[in-house]
Amino acid sequence: MAIEVLMPALSPTMEEGTLSRWLVKEGDEVKSGDVIAEIETDKATMEVEAVDEGRVGKILVEGGTEGVKVNAVIAVLLEEGEDESAVKDVQSSASQKPAPKDEGKGKESKSSETPVERSESRGREQDNNEVPDRAKSASGSSSQKGEGSRLKASPLAKRMAEQEGLDLASLEGSGPNGRIVKRDIEAALKDGAPKAAKADSAPETKAAPAKTEPGKISVASLNLEEGTYEIVPLDGMRKTIARRMTASFRDVPHFPLSIDLELDALLKLRSELNAKAPEGVKVSVNDMLIRACALALTSVPESNASYTDEGLVMHKHADVAVAVAIDGGLITPVIKKAETKGLAKISEEMKDLAARARERKLKPEEFQGGTFSISNLGMMGIKSFASIINEPQGMILSVGAGEKRAVVKNDALAIATVMTITLTCDHRVVDGATGAKFLEALKPLVEDPVTMLL
Amino acid sequence: MASETFDLIVIGGGPGGYVAAIRASQLGLKTAVVEREHLGGICLNWGCIPTKALLRTSDIYHLFQRAEEFGLKADNVRFDIEAIVKRSRKVAGRLSGGVGHLLKKNKVTVIEGEAKLEKGSKAPKVVVKGKDGKNATYEAKHVILATGARARTIPAAGLQPDGKTIWTYKEAMVPDALPASILVIGSGAIGMEFASFYSTLGSKVTVVEMVDRILPAEDEEISQFAKKAFEKQGLKILTKAQVEKLETGKSGAKATIKVDGKSETVEVEKVILAIGITGNVENLGLEALGVKIERGHVVTDGYGATGVSGLYAIGDVTGAPWLAHKASHEGVICVEKIAGKDVHPMDKSNIPGCTYCHPQIASVGLTEAKAKEAGHEVRVGRFPFVGNGKAIALGEDQGLIKTVFDKKTGELLGAHMIGAEVTELIQGYVVARQLETTEAELMHTVFAHPTLSEMMHESVLDAYGRALHY
Repeated sequence: MAIEVLMPALSPTMEEGTLSRWLVKEGDEVKSGDVIAEIETDKATMEVEAVDEGRVGKILVEGGTEGVKVNAVIAVLLEEGEDESAVKDVQSSASQKPAPKDEGKGKESKSSETPVERSESRGREQDNNEVPDRAKSASGSSSQKGEGSRLKASPLAKRMAEQEGLDLASLEGSGPNGRIVKRDIEAALKDGAPKAAKADSAPETKAAPAKTEPGKISVASLNLEEGTYEIVPLDGMRKTIARRMTASFRDVPHFPLSIDLELDALLKLRSELNAKAPEGVKVSVNDMLIRACALALTSVPESNASYTDEGLVMHKHADVAVAVAIDGGLITPVIKKAETKGLAKISEEMKDLAARARERKLKPEEFQGGTFSISNLGMMGIKSFASIINEPQGMILSVGAGEKRAVVKNDALAIATVMTITLTCDHRVVDGATGAKFLEALKPLVEDPVTMLL
Repeated sequence: MASETFDLIVIGGGPGGYVAAIRASQLGLKTAVVEREHLGGICLNWGCIPTKALLRTSDIYHLFQRAEEFGLKADNVRFDIEAIVKRSRKVAGRLSGGVGHLLKKNKVTVIEGEAKLEKGSKAPKVVVKGKDGKNATYEAKHVILATGARARTIPAAGLQPDGKTIWTYKEAMVPDALPASILVIGSGAIGMEFASFYSTLGSKVTVVEMVDRILPAEDEEISQFAKKAFEKQGLKILTKAQVEKLETGKSGAKATIKVDGKSETVEVEKVILAIGITGNVENLGLEALGVKIERGHVVTDGYGATGVSGLYAIGDVTGAPWLAHKASHEGVICVEKIAGKDVHPMDKSNIPGCTYCHPQIASVGLTEAKAKEAGHEVRVGRFPFVGNGKAIALGEDQGLIKTVFDKKTGELLGAHMIGAEVTELIQGYVVARQLETTEAELMHTVFAHPTLSEMMHESVLDAYGRALHY
């Protein structure tokens, strides 16, 4: 039985990704563990490994293809003794099989599932020749046309969709073999959303294709003079940021809490530590804040929580996500169980994560699942700001610049290095007092940093 | 009273009917065709095919007259009108026989006779009056009307064939002798083809057209181009002209024609009526069934349904464009819909139109004016035959290929051609339209050199200011 290689879901929220390139070609023999392709998602580039042994029978999705649906068959591996005809069997049956769309959603453990594990399980389903229940339940949600091959659309339909900001993947094609043709675009435009946001393929669009969506913005609606602008297409990361931040700011009742922290002691300790640290270790203020926050979260466990309709999720560990600005956006790698890690360890991990984040080479588990976030714009001179909640986390800390300010000490003016931090809280899970308690716990850890070494 | 039951009975064995029947049979339907005269219908017997045979003769004759230009000597070239007609009839007969074989091969029952519909349960019953005058009733789950159309006449103005002096296409196709002079009333495809044929053979031809230009369905530029070409050949063309009176005498006809408010009289030997087409909707029992008929044509939806249970109509009887290929395609769509296939109504803007006069004319989609009317901002490309190597080598350097694109989407809205072999060229653009290519795909297509088709490329390039050879 030929083995389908499916588009892996690299994250619970991933619905589609870009198959950046193939590292094998048709006819190549592959062994388990061989890297066969690179997949780019909204957040990262991932390598796809083969687990099975076999010969690459057919590559169904070309390298460089964007918008490949999760679980689409991207290639077929032939087992020993099989010939090309086995490819056809797989292709035809694959095209009839709905892709389970919701898989992995809310089940984080699934996100690490390798593509080949998936293909194996799919292979079994195929042997039984029946459509699994989960697939049935998913039918009607997402279209399956992305599966197995590229989106079929006429050149005119593609251009019209692009101009009108319609997501082709959200449309059902009425042409031969489901090809999307002009009349499908016209029908979609007639049904609603004559002007949807350009090239936006956020899930909302998919769920309700061509329905008028509030907040959708077309270039035309900006009323700009031709030639005075250029358009940068939305990449996966930009779309994700736009979608997640919009949803968070709209749906999460958030409020900020600000305090000032004196940094002189922390800065002094940092110099001492770095002076005595072994070669290659250089602790940053941010590393120290990560540690301090982790400890504060542990000491105020009710602040380390996420809201769900089924109940408040109380996290047992402080998984601290740190916003890292990268080319074209930002990403939040996570220091897992930061409360258990010393400064040197945190520093080392952070350095590695940030470096790989910039190359978009983070694995999904490395940027998912934080319980709390830190965003630091202090190095850029920002005095104070309030970040948007990084759902489903309950709080995010915005760190401003450390600067010398006049402070009052013992009823006299003094100079101290002070920074303003702002904690944005999800009021559904973190009330004002809870947030304040967290800051209350954080303040001594920063201002008397020896305590964080404990 | 014989009675046999079918899944489908098609009334009319023309290009709509016989194609529908073959497709139905392919899909496993037990199918019959009722034909009252010739299999193949008007198209094969009295339309498309025999006229092409006639025009082939006039084309060759025309080339003979240009023999010297090509380095040939051809003295005393004459024609034999009887032999020309004979060949044309032979071609038609051969193809009509071919249709019979096709139907037999596809196990379609052919019922000879004239059909009439009667109220049935699921679908109307089909009563066929056979050649022997006896009636036989047939029942079917579905009945498709494909009865075609005929030349329109206006008896009140004398615009009515008499079979001698005033002809329709039918008489014009089988002349006994070459008329010295002919008045062609109507400058659509049929009118212009006969005008071209007779003019080339030496008749003095006058064409009368009511609107302001000939071939009014074509793009205006093409009409103008055609008018100049025809006038150069010696045709007299009267536009904005209306025949007020048509009297016949012993030696011919006298027509009173009102041109631009002034009346003039034209005396000719023969008159050819080409003033339009009207559907064959009579004597079929349609009124009693409640079939909706408008302006001489059966009203249908995009799949041929008439609204009467089990009754469908396709082809000329359903209205414009009156083209064989439109009828065939409608037949296929109708049958596939009956068979439960996933089909779509035909996009009529993708139906090519071809006129086989000299020069030939072919088009698909919207004219420039229609495109603008429909609200498109357009980009127009033009390429003349004089810029094409093959055209010059052929000695056919007069012609034009015009393309109309939507400025915004790059959709090829229409293509309009005049010149040698354009009726064969047009299909390239039809495929492009069907596949919904934009200008980009057309520009990236490699066209063989040296061919006339290169002009299709150049016309597209020209629409975007990139023509290479002109």
